[in-house]
Amino acid sequence: MKRIGIDVGGTNTDAVLIADDKVVHSVKSATTADVTSGILAALKALRSNPAAAVPVDAVVIGTTHFINAVVQRRHLQQIGAIRIGMPASASLPPFCDWPTDLAALVNGETFMLEGGHDYDGRPFMPLDIDGLKAAARAIKAKGLRSVAVASSFSPLDPSCETTAREILAEICPDVAVTLSHDLGRIGLLERENAALLNAALHDLAVTTVAAFRKAIADSGIDAPLFLTQNDGTVMQAEIATAFPVMSFASGATNSMRGAAYLSGLDDAMVVDVGGTTSDIGQLRHGFPREANAVVEVGGVRTLFRMPDLLSIGLGGGSHVEQNPVRVGPLSVGYRLTSDALVFGGDRLTATDIAVAAGLIDIGDRARVAHLPKSVIDAALADAHRQLEGDIDRMKTEAGDVPLLAVGGGAFLVPKRLAGISKIIRVPHGDCANAVGAAIAQVSGEADQVFRDLTRDDAIAAARGIAEERAVQAGADRKTLKTVDVEDMPIAYLPGNALRVRVRVAGAIAEPKIGAAA
Amino acid sequence: MSAVEMKTISLDDIEALAVGAWILGTGGGGSPYLGLLNLRRLYAEGHRVQLMSPLELADDDWVAVVSNMGAPLVGQERLADSRSIARAVRMQEEINDIKFRAVMSVEIGGGNGMQALMAAAHLGIPVVDADCMGRAFPEAQMTSVAIGDLRPYPCTLYDPRGIEAVVTKVPSWKWMERASRKICVEMGSIASTSKAPRTGREVKDWGIHFTTTKAIAIGRAVDAANRSHQDPIAAILDCEGGQRLFTGKIVDVERRTTEGFLRGSAVIEGSDDDRGTRLKLSFQNEWIVAWRDGEAIAMCPDLICVLDSVNGHGIGTETVRYGQRITVIALPAPAVLTSPRGLDFVGPRAFGYDLDFRSLFATPGAP
Repeated sequence: MKRIGIDVGGTNTDAVLIADDKVVHSVKSATTADVTSGILAALKALRSNPAAAVPVDAVVIGTTHFINAVVQRRHLQQIGAIRIGMPASASLPPFCDWPTDLAALVNGETFMLEGGHDYDGRPFMPLDIDGLKAAARAIKAKGLRSVAVASSFSPLDPSCETTAREILAEICPDVAVTLSHDLGRIGLLERENAALLNAALHDLAVTTVAAFRKAIADSGIDAPLFLTQNDGTVMQAEIATAFPVMSFASGATNSMRGAAYLSGLDDAMVVDVGGTTSDIGQLRHGFPREANAVVEVGGVRTLFRMPDLLSIGLGGGSHVEQNPVRVGPLSVGYRLTSDALVFGGDRLTATDIAVAAGLIDIGDRARVAHLPKSVIDAALADAHRQLEGDIDRMKTEAGDVPLLAVGGGAFLVPKRLAGISKIIRVPHGDCANAVGAAIAQVSGEADQVFRDLTRDDAIAAARGIAEERAVQAGADRKTLKTVDVEDMPIAYLPGNALRVRVRVAGAIAEPKIGAAA
Repeated sequence: MSAVEMKTISLDDIEALAVGAWILGTGGGGSPYLGLLNLRRLYAEGHRVQLMSPLELADDDWVAVVSNMGAPLVGQERLADSRSIARAVRMQEEINDIKFRAVMSVEIGGGNGMQALMAAAHLGIPVVDADCMGRAFPEAQMTSVAIGDLRPYPCTLYDPRGIEAVVTKVPSWKWMERASRKICVEMGSIASTSKAPRTGREVKDWGIHFTTTKAIAIGRAVDAANRSHQDPIAAILDCEGGQRLFTGKIVDVERRTTEGFLRGSAVIEGSDDDRGTRLKLSFQNEWIVAWRDGEAIAMCPDLICVLDSVNGHGIGTETVRYGQRITVIALPAPAVLTSPRGLDFVGPRAFGYDLDFRSLFATPGAP
């Protein structure tokens, strides 16, 4: 199995070829404004190594393109929003908690209809079929090309949302439809927000995925394309076209997955030290632990499956202030190779400190020879202090655990940290994110409320649902492993109600790879 | 009716109320977030809510006591609708043939701290600066009006799909809790409720006064401290005469449901001055008892609040998790809750702990 992983970051586009579970070759190339020419450049650089110029089975791309579009308010389209669940929730319509500028850009028209379900699966109100038809006609008349549908308790029973899709397909067949239950968990407003964002990114997703495909073809590669998603697994390019929001946080996830792969460790803390920030997270069963809480994207509250990460302003390009000595949070960013002392600039950075301390050997060491030992020691101590406190904050268990240090700035991680049993650095650790993309698996998830079942039976039922979903998404059933189980008793519900969330993942099923080409 | 001094609640007050009510929720009561969203919209549409002192009520005024009842999880799918709570109040007016002078929340803690404002905005009557708990509690009989042995009925329950129910008569507050809870479950485990109407005299005698103002003051203190990079927790303690109990990191959380309540415990490992010791917090929806080395050092009805050590915001029993840096504080309970009869309803034994109530506060919030 040979796969190319590509990570499109803010500064660098990394590419790596993995064959038979080994990293054959990796390259770093500058990210470009149009993204795709950077990918093409990275692929060409990768393939210029004869060992990497071989036929591959898949290309997997991790990208921040779609989340950047939301944050920067660019390339978003006007959409229709259909909320099903009236007459409840009427005073908090779709977009009610969005930043005004973003809502004005995206909100084409909203429709609020009767229907939806109760927590126990009973219909809340009969679904308003006539209302759905009228909404579909209005959407057609207005020329909207993308629609988001959210129905109350749809993660438990999606039938109202799927009926809405059927009706839209009849009346306005060219309109792209996002259903909220495909994206999120319990929490109508946050799940609906995810669906609204997804619908607003539809046109961008179509053109971006087409551009990615062209870059791959232009570099002479004939292989199916996958995109990585927030939970460290992949989706086929066609699915990514339908669910661009699922790629929102894939960069950090990829680097954690890559770190796990390169080290062979499935359970560890990970710190990915980049040029500007350090991302701290925890690997469990080889996957990043996910955030329970609401995640804000561009000012919109969502409940995506996102890794639980702490980002701190500490990286190789961090400014070092001398009075008092302090590292970060400001950074020279992509200007590191011109602004840092060792590269002939005049800004003291964390990289200069590391060179002066003999931790790395880059640039001109003579240019930092004048730094007093007290400043070097104090700066390293400050980095140490920041990392130690924040890594400890992200730990979810008492006792010492191993730490994987990856990323271009990993030299800032000291040799010892309190609460850490050992610090592990791996070859190719600076391209861990591209490695993580290359090795990504396919997952499935269930998040439901069960009643009158034992805890074990409820978890088994949820696992069965998650496994079916993974197989539908292209996983090989034989390779499925449970990566996450969480159960939460629910207050004030009868029947010992238990909310269970199970996630499974496995290898991409072989025939699907060919079929997706 | 004589002229009564009113204060218009500003949108800034409401933002502060959401922060303060969450802290006074002592870990429970549900998040005020959706209530805040509703009120932002109502204010954007031009609604304004007036706050009146309970002392300005006439003895024969009628006051509506409101709450949203049910499972917070259901509330995440059936979003709090400001008109529903107003409808529950109208039902009381219809069945009793009365007109309400004002409305108040049954509990100031958590999401219910916002309900009275939502109802008042639609009904065009003021909110009374008072509630019946001074915090949050899980059950209907855990109120000052139950402690005062006031009439527990009738209670109206409203479900937006058009189901309206009234519990017309019960022998006790505990029966009101049981009967109304059953109806609430049938409605989908969430209902807007208007409890037994209270007279102005009853609110003056048994209401816990000035708690809306108190919640707003706490929220404002936290916001002001955060803006000026001061310690928000010290600001709360200054503002409320509370005590800092413990500072540390959550190292263990255990949850289970029994009889429909979320019960469990959280263990905190000390840092700073508390390094080397551990604090255990037992909860039933709200934080109930704090144990240091096996000894109960704080207990209900004194308010045990778990706060984010950095920003001073409240942390709920449903969202507490390993690794959170937290500070535990205690605030004095309203006097009515610490009276002998009060402790029968809301003391440690009401939650199954065989403990004699000992307050951390020498002169517990004199009335």
